[in-house]
Amino acid sequence: MDSSEIRQLKILAAKSRKGAILGTYHAKSGHPGGSLSAADMFTYLYFKEMRLNPAEPRWADRDRFVLSKGHCCPSLYATLALKGYFDWNELTTLRHVGAMLQGHPDMKGTPGVDMSTGSLGQGVSAACGMALAGKLDRKDYRVYTLLGDGEVEEGQVWEAAMFASHNKLDNLVVIVDQNGLQIDGAVEDVAGIEPLDKKFEAFGFEVVKIDGHDFEQIEAALDKARTVKGKPTAILMKTVKGKGVSFMENQVGWHGVAPNKEQYEAATAELDAEIERLEGNC
Amino acid sequence: MEIVKKATRESFGEALCELAETNQDIVVLDADLAAATKTGIFQKAYPERFFDCGIAEGNMVGVAAGMAAAGKIPVAASFAMFATGRAFEQIRNSVAYPELNVKIAGSHAGISTGEDGATHQCIEDMGIMRAIPNMVVLNPADHWEMKAATKAAIEYNGPVYIRLGRLAIDSFNDPETYTFEWGKGITLHEGDDVAVIATGLVVNESLKAVKALEEEGINARLINIHTLKPIDREIVAKAARETGRIITVEEHNVIGGLADAVCEVVTEECPVKVTRIGVQDTFGFSGPAWELLDKFGLTAPHIADVIRQVVAEKK
Repeated sequence: MDSSEIRQLKILAAKSRKGAILGTYHAKSGHPGGSLSAADMFTYLYFKEMRLNPAEPRWADRDRFVLSKGHCCPSLYATLALKGYFDWNELTTLRHVGAMLQGHPDMKGTPGVDMSTGSLGQGVSAACGMALAGKLDRKDYRVYTLLGDGEVEEGQVWEAAMFASHNKLDNLVVIVDQNGLQIDGAVEDVAGIEPLDKKFEAFGFEVVKIDGHDFEQIEAALDKARTVKGKPTAILMKTVKGKGVSFMENQVGWHGVAPNKEQYEAATAELDAEIERLEGNC
Repeated sequence: MEIVKKATRESFGEALCELAETNQDIVVLDADLAAATKTGIFQKAYPERFFDCGIAEGNMVGVAAGMAAAGKIPVAASFAMFATGRAFEQIRNSVAYPELNVKIAGSHAGISTGEDGATHQCIEDMGIMRAIPNMVVLNPADHWEMKAATKAAIEYNGPVYIRLGRLAIDSFNDPETYTFEWGKGITLHEGDDVAVIATGLVVNESLKAVKALEEEGINARLINIHTLKPIDREIVAKAARETGRIITVEEHNVIGGLADAVCEVVTEECPVKVTRIGVQDTFGFSGPAWELLDKFGLTAPHIADVIRQVVAEKK
């Protein structure tokens, strides 16, 4: 990946963040904080990592992505729109009555969404099922799932982790977005999960720790996951909740609150400036 | 007529094996109870398509959802208690909401689970499953019906809950003439004095009761409801109109299951008095299955007593 490619990804990620802000602003609700922390990973997965065909969202041989932390869909939706699954303007009706874009991902209604999620802990099991089906059918597609760090407090995550390693699901990558904050406060204050790397290792995973806003590290981790045989990979990525919008960064209050008009305009201006700066560098 | 004495869980396991011969998409998941739920029969025949998920029902249902999303027809089995109780929310959010093609099999349902006692005697499963949008709820009453219902469940594209019993019971349907029609009740005995509407294991007990009452000049209609949801509204409404009096019989709490399903139809179509035979909103306890069924008033003599009372009341 050369510097120009990285710059392109950064532009797409900034646009994804803009879309998350746009969507939650129009919805007057939703979860900007965790959407922004995951935007770089969404961007890399959909524009670099995954084998996809937006014209055929249900293509049987596609790679799959399950957003286990379903509430962070605003940025996923924006990334899917950027990738061409649906029109960007859909973002302005997020969470509206009759809209295609539901408050949490709906696989039946939204092209590009591979699994309905929203109840924490459940997506990772579904991702295991997809990976297992792939093995059974001798298909080479890969399955990716993204969890929140608060989400790993759910017991089902660990049931799924045991299942994944028992069944040697090396076509599965479990990514944890460690922005360190959940609704009630800092993860380590609410119900500490560390040492998370040792936990995943003990559950039979290959573990890679990265900075989730560094595309070179994201690439290295996902490339490494492809070489791991006989066990699943966990990528623990350190991120900043609210990343990319200065007044949202590391603020727990932005977990599930939409920006008002003034905040929407300020955030959009900040992201536009970033896009302009990056495009100027091209 | 060939009478087979077999637990419906066993009929289910056999049916899965037969269907899997021609349907390569069927996969079976269990949560460390394969020997008890009888998915072990499938495991033996098709080990490569069987996945023991260990004692982790929530994950099992999620895995089943993922496999269905990837084109498989997963059957996820456990005791009714854990399949529908522990994994309720996984069934609701990961299976029913996205309408994935997962079949949930709940074995050891009802108090006839017997000696294991209250923690394992699920009397709420049909109510829990019935309350979820998109779910079909099947409760077959004997060997032949279970085999036919299993086939229908696999052929249907969508979420299904199917209730299996632990206790070996005599079949009463005639395999030569029996046909399973999705969502259709079956009239097993004609009569206009009262309509007995039963489901599952207690259908045969109800049949014995209405037959015995013929000698006393009581003509009770008996309807077998194998598909609790969607319920056959027509047959229930017709029974209400033509008999004016209904008795429901189920091995389940009288809250949430057949009694409620019938009352929902009757109140909307033709209000008549409904007497509910079932577990009267109490927990079960340990004991041999038939002794428990007797204690809970779910055997033929008790059902006959209620029918007599209701008919006497009507006159």
